[in-house]
Amino acid sequence: MRKAVNDIDRCVACGVCALQCPREAISIHKGCYALVDIGKCVGCGLCEKACPAGSIKVSEVENGSK
Amino acid sequence: MAVNKKKHWYEYLWIWSIIYFALGFFNILFAWLGMIDFILPLIFAAVGGNKWFCNHMCGRGQLFWVLGRNLKCSRGKPAPKWMSSKWFRYGFLIFFLTMFGTMVFQTYLVFSGAGTLRKAIKLFWTFRVPWQWAYNGSIFPDWVAQFGFGFYSLMLTSTLIGLIVMVLYKERTWCSFCPMGTMTQGICKIKSKERV
Repeated sequence: MRKAVNDIDRCVACGVCALQCPREAISIHKGCYALVDIGKCVGCGLCEKACPAGSIKVSEVENGSK
Repeated sequence: MAVNKKKHWYEYLWIWSIIYFALGFFNILFAWLGMIDFILPLIFAAVGGNKWFCNHMCGRGQLFWVLGRNLKCSRGKPAPKWMSSKWFRYGFLIFFLTMFGTMVFQTYLVFSGAGTLRKAIKLFWTFRVPWQWAYNGSIFPDWVAQFGFGFYSLMLTSTLIGLIVMVLYKERTWCSFCPMGTMTQGICKIKSKERV
């Protein structure tokens, strides 16, 4: 399954991905990084297209879980 | 299936960014209003432990989005990796704060009488641009206007840098090394560790 995966070490927590997400699957965790709700994510890639730091990417995730 | 997103008043704060620069063009004292964008994110981070300001209220970020995405002024290409690396982000923050400190010192010089008011703005910390039409004296002492010129320079310079990277790379590339963003994220990281 293809889901958005965020590299929290690179993430700048700007929140552009969360604004773009049509499923509201992304939240900014305590102002530190973007957290993707894998259950809601449909892997559309809108977040990846918007991310200025290149930290969030749609990639293959096993079973829809972590 | 797009979720029907309700529009909020704070989604239009990009208009504020434009108004800010317009006001400062006519009267430099309005530059002081930029302190709101300086202090508010820090309060959000220090008190709430969040980046709600960056995420929802940043007029500058919104402006880059409106110009870059809606008006297609951005190539939308990924920015070089070093631009969002830690050393560059913190390096830029230190540089920015140093320049801010220099500006405050110049204000102090005018305040103490050791310096005189210069009715000009400085772009990219280098190029002096005459701006004398924006100030013809007021009820405030000269140092208030000096701070206005300095602060307006800082705001304009950073917006210009943001516009350049917006055109070259992603719409909100500025956000990846914005000094306010780096500072607020840093505060949030410290706060989230405390709370464990």
